[in-house]
Amino acid sequence: MRYLPLTPDDRAQMLGTIGAADVEALFADVPAAARKAALFDLPNHAGELEVERELSGLAARNRPAGAGPFFCGAGAYRHHVPASVDHIIQRSEFLTSYTPYQPEIAQGTLQVLFEFQTQVAALTGLEVANASMYDGSTACAEAVMMAQRVTRREKAILSGGLHPHYAAVTQTIAHAEGMEILRQKAAIDAEAAVIDAIDSTVACVVVQTPNVFGVVTDVTKIAEAAHAAGALLIVVTTEAVSFGLLKSPGEMGADIAVAEGQSIGNALNFGGPYVGLFACREKLVRQMPGRLCGETLDAEGRRGYVLTLSTREQHIRREKATSNICTNSGLCALAFTIHLSLLGETGLRQLAALNHSRARELAGALNGVAEVLTPRVFNEIAVRMPNAAKVVEDLLAEGIVAGVPYSRLDPHAGMDDVLLLAATETTTTEDIAALSAALKGRIG
Amino acid sequence: MAMSNVGRPTQPGAATSEGHASLTGGRGLLQDEPLIFELGGWDKTGVDIDAPEHDASDLGGLVRAGPIGLPGLSEPETMRHYVRLSQKNHAIDLAIYPLGSCTMKHNPRLNEKMARLAGFADLHPLQPVSTTQGALELIDRLAHWLKTLTAMPAVAMTPKAGANGELCGLLCIRAAHEAAGQGHRRTVLVPTSAHGTNPATAAFVGYSVTEIAQTADGRVDLVDLAAKLGPDVAAIMVTNPNTCGLFERDIIEIARLTHEAGAYFYCDGANFNAIVGRVRPGDLGVDAMHINLHKTFSTPHGGGGPGAGPVVLSKALAPFAPAPWFVHGADGLELVEEAIGEAAQAFGRMCAFHGQMGMYVRAYAYMRSHGADGLRQVAEDAVLNANYIKARLGGVMTPAFPDGPCMHEALFDDAWLEGTGVTTLDFAKAMIDEGFHPMTMYFPLVVHGAMLIEPTETESKRELDRFCDALLALAQAAKAGDVERFTGAPYLAPLRRLDETQAARKPKLAWRPEPATPLAAE
Repeated sequence: MRYLPLTPDDRAQMLGTIGAADVEALFADVPAAARKAALFDLPNHAGELEVERELSGLAARNRPAGAGPFFCGAGAYRHHVPASVDHIIQRSEFLTSYTPYQPEIAQGTLQVLFEFQTQVAALTGLEVANASMYDGSTACAEAVMMAQRVTRREKAILSGGLHPHYAAVTQTIAHAEGMEILRQKAAIDAEAAVIDAIDSTVACVVVQTPNVFGVVTDVTKIAEAAHAAGALLIVVTTEAVSFGLLKSPGEMGADIAVAEGQSIGNALNFGGPYVGLFACREKLVRQMPGRLCGETLDAEGRRGYVLTLSTREQHIRREKATSNICTNSGLCALAFTIHLSLLGETGLRQLAALNHSRARELAGALNGVAEVLTPRVFNEIAVRMPNAAKVVEDLLAEGIVAGVPYSRLDPHAGMDDVLLLAATETTTTEDIAALSAALKGRIG
Repeated sequence: MAMSNVGRPTQPGAATSEGHASLTGGRGLLQDEPLIFELGGWDKTGVDIDAPEHDASDLGGLVRAGPIGLPGLSEPETMRHYVRLSQKNHAIDLAIYPLGSCTMKHNPRLNEKMARLAGFADLHPLQPVSTTQGALELIDRLAHWLKTLTAMPAVAMTPKAGANGELCGLLCIRAAHEAAGQGHRRTVLVPTSAHGTNPATAAFVGYSVTEIAQTADGRVDLVDLAAKLGPDVAAIMVTNPNTCGLFERDIIEIARLTHEAGAYFYCDGANFNAIVGRVRPGDLGVDAMHINLHKTFSTPHGGGGPGAGPVVLSKALAPFAPAPWFVHGADGLELVEEAIGEAAQAFGRMCAFHGQMGMYVRAYAYMRSHGADGLRQVAEDAVLNANYIKARLGGVMTPAFPDGPCMHEALFDDAWLEGTGVTTLDFAKAMIDEGFHPMTMYFPLVVHGAMLIEPTETESKRELDRFCDALLALAQAAKAGDVERFTGAPYLAPLRRLDETQAARKPKLAWRPEPATPLAAE
């Protein structure tokens, strides 16, 4: 077996050193009833060629996003990732290293995390960011629980514009911790209803912008109302490229900003692995979940980086930790940081502007075909499309993946006629024309 | 054009390198590397992007006005920056990475190649299910392997890492208790040697944590367990093999007592590598166990993730598994994304979308490569390697549990360092100068000055000998009074020991512009 270096000779010699008759003797503590002499009912080992053949066969049964016109978004976005990003993250020193517990021989990973934290803080307009969460949805749930620790209140309000999966994860996890989660009714302009629900028992308000329908919202007034009631404002962003064009959560008064970072540096991967971004005001840092990398000096006064404030974390605080998170999304964070270093402010602004432009082009092309429901958008729009799920299935026959029916995310909202469509820099004018023509054909 | 060396052969000079310093501060190929924020690329970019056709006038005041504060670099500068940084990392591809309980094994590159196939990597989680049948089939096959290897009837695939899997398992247990009118059970029993994530997860779910004592031979104390099991106990969380590297001999009795008391048995599967292919947790009475795909099934650790932590479940817990899951329908695999109708018992959802597909592909490629026979050999070689280390070092270093074999990791205490003036930490840091990553230190908490060494099955005998020879040489130096070799270590790493106290006292968690930089000038 190609991954196992020991030879039969090695094994015999080693058993001799140990003083064991055979390897079975080393498993003596396993109850006899649980020791299986026979191999399990699974195939035996296979060569690279055979494995590659099987997996390539499975991959070929899927329709990659890049195979034709493609308009799915709703929390995961297809962007072009420069080739150099994937090259660097496959370097052995990044790919095959562990969480940087020994800083003297992990400065590569640690400096990257420090750069990542600085970039995330800058994007979100807040002072501090952690070294990543699993994804945007779990970061959202962690933010709500952090608000509970900060305010010592037990109620959270989730805007009806929050991605339904994010709402479900938050309900699952934060509810388990004893919080009352009030999810407002889904609506294109759901943010308008948030302020009325805020009172002095509320720990936090969770608002997404651009929201799940694509609408860009100024949350400044919501921040003011939340703060007046002693609550925190958590702003969620599922499309990180939007930070290059839109007012940041921090500028609008957010206390905590969480985001899905997949759009920068990471492939769609059928939903994971992704990378959760988590930033907050500096005064809240000791209630933050997750790993933090900080700057310090070594014994000779040279600058270096370490994991810090670990007294918040599970391996030190055990049941008193701020979160149970351990392994997070290190390599996805590295990809994010490299891609963002390539983009820089100039490139990110250009990329964001291009995404926005493509969404306007898409909205324009659908005018007269379907009613565009979203007034101010970044790169995603919602249109009225009776029986949206059926339309999407039908358009597959023409090689077009026409977007995400909202009903797939939220079957009970009574919004079967809402279709979400995203356009990024990977969307071409020809793609948009093909979609528009196919939809016209159905009406025609 | 390269310089011709013909006629100019180099010869070693006479001078020694001791005390030699470069003029610019670096050491040969190992140079200091500034932060990207210090490289001056405030208006540079390394990507070429088309100009937009439409402006953002429709967004009015919602457009970001001021500078964001992000430097950019051209592609060659980016490559240099991150390649230079990479050279400051230890990695499994450089040498043994003997962190106990972390299972740092070889990461096959085939798995990376497979995960990057467009049919997996360029697949959107919400595109029509009919266009993702191959992906669902892969998850289904992986699930079949996980269930077969554990003799468990169900698996929740979506948890994002081990701790997330623990959370999923406890939420299943909680839902099962609530469904049975046992919602008053609010205590979780955890051995003193447990991973920190166990008590943290239990507390996260709102449970209180009670510790179970450990016997002198490093196992769960059955008497203490029996005394603490009561009508308030929801579950026990036991790692097996445990964090002392020992198999819980009484595991079947532990399960029996637990079930008799009406509680569930959560097994932390972090150490599954020791028994994979040989022992099935389902045969031991386990109700739920997460499997760290980034440990046993070799998806790369990536400097701290991403991982994946599917949870296998017993028949009693299976109905409470979170959304989404798959069913075999007339038109192929169907995805159930909402916990409704017949599935109303599902406790909720762990994450957006369907979990860690990229990790599933790698883990499945790993399993198929090994097969049933190879996986069994994995466990045998992992245990053999650990016992070999224990045997080779055990004459000098003191094994915490000298009697009997260990499983996949060898645990030593610091009794052998007594009187030398060298601590476990010092010893570990001196290993860095010899080219090795330290073992896990001061964990488990129940062993004084613990040193936990997990070699894994992918180390050759030559590498194990090189490692043991180095540790024995260091041990000899410690006992011979060469204390400074340890207390000042590391001397030869990219950096010397770092001031962690200062880092925590005055946290500096992001780069800030100095007054003279262009950013601050605006």
